[in-house]
Amino acid sequence: MNLLIFIGKRIFHAIFVILGLAIVIFAVARIMPGDPVRLAVGSRAPQWVVDNMREQMHLNDPIPVQFGYWLRDAAQGDFGISLVTRRNVAEDVREFFPATLELALFALTISLTGALLLGTIAARHKDKWIDNIIRIFSYLGIVTPSFVFAIIFILIFAFALDWLPAIGRLSNGVEPPPRVTGFYTIDSLLIGDLATFWDAIRHLILPALALAMASMAQEARITRSSMADNLTKDYIASARALGVSEGLIMRRFLLKPSLIPTVSIVGMDFAAGLGNAFLVELIFNWPGLSRYGMNAMLSKDLNAISAVILSFGIVFVLVNLLVDILVARLDPRISLSAGGGS
Amino acid sequence: MGVEMTSAVQATQLTAEDIARLRRESRRENWGRAWYKFSRNPLSLIGAGTIIFVVCLAIFAPWIAPYPEHVKPFTDFANASQPPSSQHWFGTDEIGRDILSRVIYGYRFSLTMGVTVLAIVVPIGVVLGLVAGYFQHRWPDTLIMRTTDIFLAVPPLILALAIASILEPNLFNAMIAVSLTWWPWYTRLVYSITTGLRNEFFVTASQVTGASTSHIIFREILPNCVSPIFTKMSLDMGWVIIIGASLSFVGLGVQPPKPGLGTMVASGTRYLPDDWWISAFPALAIVVVVLGFNLLGDGLRDLFAAEDG
Amino acid sequence: MLDGINMVVYPGEKVGLVGETGCGKTTTMKTALNVLPMPPGQIESGQIHFKGQDLLAMNGREISRIRGREVTMIFQDPMAALNPVFTVEEQFSPVIKHAANARLSKKEVRARAIAALEEVALADPERLLKAYPTQLSGGMRQRVCIGMALATTPQLLIADEPGTALDVTIQAQVLRLIHDLVEDLNTSIILITHSLGVVRETVDRVYVMYAGSVVEMAPTPKLFANPLHPYTQGLMESVPRLSGGGVSQGIPGRIPDYMDPPAGCRFHTRCPHVMDICSRQKPPVFRIDGEDGEVDGVHEVTCFLYDGEHGAAATTGEVTT
Repeated sequence: MNLLIFIGKRIFHAIFVILGLAIVIFAVARIMPGDPVRLAVGSRAPQWVVDNMREQMHLNDPIPVQFGYWLRDAAQGDFGISLVTRRNVAEDVREFFPATLELALFALTISLTGALLLGTIAARHKDKWIDNIIRIFSYLGIVTPSFVFAIIFILIFAFALDWLPAIGRLSNGVEPPPRVTGFYTIDSLLIGDLATFWDAIRHLILPALALAMASMAQEARITRSSMADNLTKDYIASARALGVSEGLIMRRFLLKPSLIPTVSIVGMDFAAGLGNAFLVELIFNWPGLSRYGMNAMLSKDLNAISAVILSFGIVFVLVNLLVDILVARLDPRISLSAGGGS
Repeated sequence: MGVEMTSAVQATQLTAEDIARLRRESRRENWGRAWYKFSRNPLSLIGAGTIIFVVCLAIFAPWIAPYPEHVKPFTDFANASQPPSSQHWFGTDEIGRDILSRVIYGYRFSLTMGVTVLAIVVPIGVVLGLVAGYFQHRWPDTLIMRTTDIFLAVPPLILALAIASILEPNLFNAMIAVSLTWWPWYTRLVYSITTGLRNEFFVTASQVTGASTSHIIFREILPNCVSPIFTKMSLDMGWVIIIGASLSFVGLGVQPPKPGLGTMVASGTRYLPDDWWISAFPALAIVVVVLGFNLLGDGLRDLFAAEDG
Repeated sequence: MLDGINMVVYPGEKVGLVGETGCGKTTTMKTALNVLPMPPGQIESGQIHFKGQDLLAMNGREISRIRGREVTMIFQDPMAALNPVFTVEEQFSPVIKHAANARLSKKEVRARAIAALEEVALADPERLLKAYPTQLSGGMRQRVCIGMALATTPQLLIADEPGTALDVTIQAQVLRLIHDLVEDLNTSIILITHSLGVVRETVDRVYVMYAGSVVEMAPTPKLFANPLHPYTQGLMESVPRLSGGGVSQGIPGRIPDYMDPPAGCRFHTRCPHVMDICSRQKPPVFRIDGEDGEVDGVHEVTCFLYDGEHGAAATTGEVTT
């Protein structure tokens, strides 16, 4: 019951944040120096074209009315025409977003699995040599920019060793599977095409690893410290004294409380990953929304920038919502105090 | 309680000067103890040493850099793309500039970025957090914290990239862009501390004795936020430098021919893997300075945690 | 570090372990059950015998046959001893399954858990099982802990300051509860406490501990009639009395950290009768009274004041039951 109230509150909060974000994006797009219409039609277009377009874009209406139109269009997924590709921005987002999501989710899987593994090993061998090696690895993971990792991985695994491809989502000549989810891995499995699936996975590994390193390092550190801390708790000693088996203690009574801090930062790490994807997709020539957004930014394509920011904002807010719910499921203290702060 | 304390002070004949002296002494003792603890942790010392080293490099760059003229527009195609040697420790880039000199100057941009952004962000974020926390559940709280929620709803690097791209691409605008994405973190941090403190005895006591709101916020509550703020600042210096390098890497930060570390990494990628040193040393330089700030930040955190515990 | 601790508990006996807060009582007992977190904990040498078997030499499987079936422990702080992210039932079930040492149906496990909760006088046990520890009051949590420990029907129960985290009336109830339940099962008990009053009322025999070492052992009546170790004497004097005497003196000085104890006799820094030898040499155990094997007669003290006076030889032993 409490959990439902908690989830309800978080959903309400998420809607509010997305609306607020829409207002901010709209405001920034309007405050921008320069006439959006001039930017759109080019400097040599005749004045009547500009006037027509102003009317069409409701630019002669008061600002709140303009926002109303903009929000209505945005809610319908209409962000106007990209000034660069001359295509409908919403279509572009639909086309490119799955590639970025697939990459980010794959990176998330890698980082969480790796972090839990490394964190657990480090905690159980606290202050031994393996703990120190993991600590050094964590530091390097945290302080190295993802674009540096991307370059290093390409040099080692693509150029020097030639194990994995460095560019794009599929090899030349491999047809993308018919689009269902937009995730090449899932779509190829749906039609039972294992060769394409394998090719997609191979293309995912390097960029995903470059994205995952920082989060993996951060999460491994947090897992280690919370686990090492919980290992000294009385409830673990008590469970042992009451005869609960060591395996059950590790798998259940230690793991669940230790997961809470790790899961709590997954949202933040995912956000950092989405941000870093802007550089990593550029380097790996990954045809995702981040690369699209990066190109839009470099060419000041306002409609596209607005749509990209709002899309990432929505995804991030949803991920945070999921993380909040997951943490509340793991930690009854949060949902029991019904609300759990802002 | 207050009355008793005053009479006790009078009874022992302590003058205001005595009290000030005692305070000074106890403060000196606290610093001494903190330094002792800090100096026992080799990692923190390495971090602090690295930062002092990098700061010196940046400040005295014109005297330290072997070829300071290579930072300005300069070409020497005869010596282009030389591997590391005794003349050019880090090698030379595709137009013959000494990479070591450019890295040393590059630290100037990185540190300027970090210091400026924090100088903008920390006061704004902290004041907003204090105000929102002190007026918890009232309109300043709602207004400020909901605004931070919205700013935090976009991954910081994406927001910084977007803002930087809309403005003219240069170091100054990159700093503005990063500042706009960074203040909410300090607001959140200080907010959570303030809401925890506002019902503490020492705050209610000042309220009862009629202290002004600004006195309570800045003299009673703020001192309790100082150690987490310093810890966060040290860690954030690292993050801001990484974000700055990322902006430069895609061409939205320091503009060539100025030697931004990210800019240098990006321009070197075209010559990989053969002329690896063009990208590798600027990248290494980023890692070193960020590592220094992280080690220092962790050391500070352990230090403050031990003091509270 | 703990040193010079020789404790014996006989079947059905109630033994007290007394000392100031932070003198290593809890650590001793956690070590005895081998549940001390390691690292940072470390055992250099020693033996813990239970029915003739050395617990410290056992592997995980062997010791799990004893922990939770024959020996168990109630921890001091019921909030810390219950896992905050699991319901009472989730924590109770594995304990009951382990103690039963036989296949039980889910229903059976649940029934036993409910019975155990009723045993410790908790109302509405079915709802309680679904609750998380944070939803319970301190007294309820303590009872849940006791219920779990007693559901294992142990032969030896180690109770670490039961109820001290709670207010005084509940503490008395908890002690009475343990006392009654243990009486029914004929369980041996080691009661850890800092309160001489509790010791006097509940246990048969007392070990007095100071800074990680046992300094005196005697049957309760003998100890209170004739405390021998200067530390024990100091403890007794510092108990406020209702009649006469004014404010108690207490023991001057601060208790040393048992992780870094003074050389020689650990009490010599605060001892009113300190002699030269005390700071140089560790005192052996002196038998003052009683014969080997005599359960409730032996009185031993670890102090040079009794060297030669009675001519008793030092004895060594192990923690045994």
